[in-house]
Amino acid sequence: MRDKNAKKVVFHSEREMPTMIISVGSQTYNKTGAWRNIRPVIELDKCLKCGICWKFCPEPSIVIQDEWPVVDYDYCKGCGICAEECPAKCIVMVAEEK
Amino acid sequence: MKKVIMGNHALSYGALLARAQVIAAYPITPQTQVVELLSEMCADKILDAMFIKVESEHSAMAACIGASAAGARTFTATSAQGLALMHEMLHWASGGRHPVVMGNINRAMAPGWSIWTDQNDSLSQRDTGWMQYYCSSNQEVVDTVIQAFKVSEQLLIPGLVVLDAFALSHTYEVVDIPDQALVDKFLPPFQPEIRLTPSDPHAFGGLTSPDHYFELRYKLERDMEKAPALIEETGREFKKIFGRSLDLVDPYLCDDAELIFVTSGTAGYTARVAVDELRKEGLKAGNLRMRVFRPFPFARVREVVAKAKKVAVLDRNISYGAHGIFYQEVKSALYGPQPSPPVFGFIAGLGGRDITVDSFREISSYTLARAKPEEDIVWIGVKR
Repeated sequence: MRDKNAKKVVFHSEREMPTMIISVGSQTYNKTGAWRNIRPVIELDKCLKCGICWKFCPEPSIVIQDEWPVVDYDYCKGCGICAEECPAKCIVMVAEEK
Repeated sequence: MKKVIMGNHALSYGALLARAQVIAAYPITPQTQVVELLSEMCADKILDAMFIKVESEHSAMAACIGASAAGARTFTATSAQGLALMHEMLHWASGGRHPVVMGNINRAMAPGWSIWTDQNDSLSQRDTGWMQYYCSSNQEVVDTVIQAFKVSEQLLIPGLVVLDAFALSHTYEVVDIPDQALVDKFLPPFQPEIRLTPSDPHAFGGLTSPDHYFELRYKLERDMEKAPALIEETGREFKKIFGRSLDLVDPYLCDDAELIFVTSGTAGYTARVAVDELRKEGLKAGNLRMRVFRPFPFARVREVVAKAKKVAVLDRNISYGAHGIFYQEVKSALYGPQPSPPVFGFIAGLGGRDITVDSFREISSYTLARAKPEEDIVWIGVKR
């Protein structure tokens, strides 16, 4: 699991900054899950535990816990690749509601 | 060792002597022989570099940026439409601080399709944050590639080495090929402090919030401001080793000149012949050949032309709705409280129309007949 307590790095002057635009700290402070319009919901009773959703998640926001896939909604952007790739069709994309 | 080579091969020899490690390129007339010879040098193991064939100039520059980020000395070359296609990636190279060196053969932009020289391709990339050098001989091309790597790698700013299509690219001249051991002494290996490496991973060029973007641009400009002095310094060092001068500008008989031509590229040497002829006829003419366009050497230009009675800037380019581009810069260099000579702007030679000694005679007659400029663009040789 990633460390979710990372702090955003802010430099106070150009002298502190590297010349190049490079990441210097963890980006996990940026909870990209807030961008999501639709969320993947895994129906575990149909799940084959094949790990394909974990493999294909580009974020990666699917972790395997005790052999079962779990979505990390703090970072999942709702792209739906997991639902598309799941051979058992056990991942459904559900609209987010306020 | 002296060799008779074409301007394009002078770029290849420059990259060979600089020991470029990665070359990614896409062929385009009139640049093709540059990378053709480099690919042969790689295949024959004369040059220990990776030659990457790509599907477009955009990809060529993208590959160069990746290689440079990984710490490789990187070279490519292109022309006109190819350079325009690279435009986005040119910003990536300079903004990301990757000191790629590229040759550009000045070719007029289409339409109408042209393969002949003018400077609108390279000057359209004026604000991308690349240094720009304009060459007037094949010797200067070889030497400038080596100098450009040295300057670029110290400042982490990419460099464009520019030469005229055909007038230089396909013209054969005697070139003194610098000795490899001496070049190695002048140009140490590229060893950037920050590089793309699996043992210390960083994401390069990522999202930069308003907290930091402004400062990164400030740093780029501040480093670009160091370039004029560094170009002069490396030029002096180069002269000590190789005996040839590589300065920001190349003044010819300017000290006592009443009329100074400001020129660049091959027209810069044609102007010298014109100056000699005009001097024989009693006119104290001089020529200021611009070797470097970015950073623009404002102080040096001011120093050289301020004493003249009149300045005539020849542009083989045009900024539509404004004027010749060197003309704008020279005027800008002279702006201020000090008295300065009137500056006349001439446009000639677009799309490869010849610029000859007679062109300079016409410029000289026009300038001498008028106390001050009556228009911002005087067209030389347009059929109307």
